[in-house]
Amino acid sequence: MKILPVTSKAIAILFSAALLVACSGSDTKEDEAAAAAAAAAAAAAAAARSAQGAATSAEMARLEEAAAAVGNVFYFEFDSANLTSEAINAVNAHIAVMHNNNANIRLEGHTDERGTREYNIALGERRANSVRDYMVANGISSLRIETISYGEESPVAYGSGEVNWAQNRRVELKPQ
Amino acid sequence: MKRLLAVLMSVVLSVSAASAWAQLTIEISQGMDNPTSIAVVPFTWAGAGAPPEDISAVIDSDLARSGQFAPIARTDMLGNPSTEAEVFYRDWRSLNAEYLLIGRVSAEPGVLRVDYELFDVLRQTKVLSGYEQGPATDARMLAHRVADAVYEKLTGVPGAFATKLLYISATRVSGGKDYSRLTMSDSDGARPIVLLETKEPLLAPTWAPDGQNIAYVSFETGRPAIYRQELATGRRQQLTNFQGINSSPAWSPDGRTMAMVLSKDGNPDIYLMDLATKQLTQITRHYAIDTEPAWMPDGQSLLFTSDRGGKPQIYRYDLRSGKTDRVTYEGSYNARARVSQDGRSVVMVHQKDGRFHIAVLDLVTNRMQILTTTDLDESPSIAPNGSMVLYATKDADRGILAAVAVDGDAKFRLPAREGDVREPAWSPYLAR
Repeated sequence: MKILPVTSKAIAILFSAALLVACSGSDTKEDEAAAAAAAAAAAAAAAARSAQGAATSAEMARLEEAAAAVGNVFYFEFDSANLTSEAINAVNAHIAVMHNNNANIRLEGHTDERGTREYNIALGERRANSVRDYMVANGISSLRIETISYGEESPVAYGSGEVNWAQNRRVELKPQ
Repeated sequence: MKRLLAVLMSVVLSVSAASAWAQLTIEISQGMDNPTSIAVVPFTWAGAGAPPEDISAVIDSDLARSGQFAPIARTDMLGNPSTEAEVFYRDWRSLNAEYLLIGRVSAEPGVLRVDYELFDVLRQTKVLSGYEQGPATDARMLAHRVADAVYEKLTGVPGAFATKLLYISATRVSGGKDYSRLTMSDSDGARPIVLLETKEPLLAPTWAPDGQNIAYVSFETGRPAIYRQELATGRRQQLTNFQGINSSPAWSPDGRTMAMVLSKDGNPDIYLMDLATKQLTQITRHYAIDTEPAWMPDGQSLLFTSDRGGKPQIYRYDLRSGKTDRVTYEGSYNARARVSQDGRSVVMVHQKDGRFHIAVLDLVTNRMQILTTTDLDESPSIAPNGSMVLYATKDADRGILAAVAVDGDAKFRLPAREGDVREPAWSPYLAR
């Protein structure tokens, strides 16, 4: 069995979660713990940026805004894992941000309801891998990217027909 | 620790009876052209209080669902005989009944006994008699066994009514994650029991050949993993935790090996896990998608889906020679094969004109026949006697279960009262 690496960030989140549980019901203490965790995360991110010495904070804000504008969902054609030109533009915006921070991400691959469930699990993985490979080819470390496929099991739109199917054929980028 | 927390928070292992939402109902859509007419007379009850179950109604419904029998309505019956001496053949001939089933239900402390007798109305002879007994809580199972005996006597094929179904039922949560439930019911959808409930996807439920263990894929930790679960105790074991896909568990006919799909080495391939040692053997090595393994009944080869030819088709891997052959050529999409117990019929999902149907391929004649007419049919599962194929389809955007005879004649549907149901898995014959 392969044991997945637990990042120090995950441990910190678990620890603060444990704190929250320990401080049963006291709003002030919870708020303090949450504020402390947020401050620590912000400090870590700031340290990472200055260590890299890449974009200025103004540039970074602009890049993050651009990434937010294109959204974190990339869409695909039926039975295809190829990035459309629209998806490439969107992924590029996120790559620009990732060059200037060191946050980890998770890419979640999805399909529409057509075809068998297990084949769709494989197709969803292909889509997530396709975004990952493009990011890696553009200089993002594969160690920062986790991929997972949900196949057709987690639709955004429930109905049948191309309007719904098109929304479900996607890769979602989520911060880790 | 992270995983353990997630499991505790997101999964409810349950052996409680499911509430009404999970209950499946039966709608017979189509029977055979010339079904056998049979009168199933209400069985008499000799016990205290009300009978635990309407035994003869369960038998009547089982026989009707097969499409091969047309039971006579109780309201048309001219008498309610429960012993051979009370049988007047002319009463049943006048109703055009070919066969007559009568019976008696009695109860001793802790034990229910069902005695039954089957008569050939035209020949005026008794053709079968017997009894079933067991705990009163198993009254429906006793009825299914009587139906099995009658079915076998009159068709020559063992009945498959005293079996179970596994399926996934889901409740949609708008703007959030759906609730998924792994559910087990009688073969007619009655008595649903929720075995597992989680807010992450569940898929690929499957039976061990012993009928006492099941396996499935759960995303409950945030990643897919294969689990094995013992039905009697609810005890379960996580079998895999690999990076990437962990999917499509399929028990070998001898129960010792599990075929599965893993993508830990880059892309989905078929592996075999020795269940005693947990040792893995990789059996396909291809950059294409290889998935959905299904064992041939002799355990010497596996069918699987691969898009190595560009589109998904069924291939066969021979364990002795290590050779792979393509099995399907008709149509641009054939996937998720399941094989009948005699090794002759392969049911699969088949795409035609953009629609997904259930089709059956006869491995001897190589003839492919499309069995269903709806659009989004998937997950076929064959009854252990090879008579019916249960599958999932959509009805007005809701997932329902439906069944069709392997010869295409009889059809019935098992819609849930609420929510979506999918991925049915028909159990093997169950030990008494």
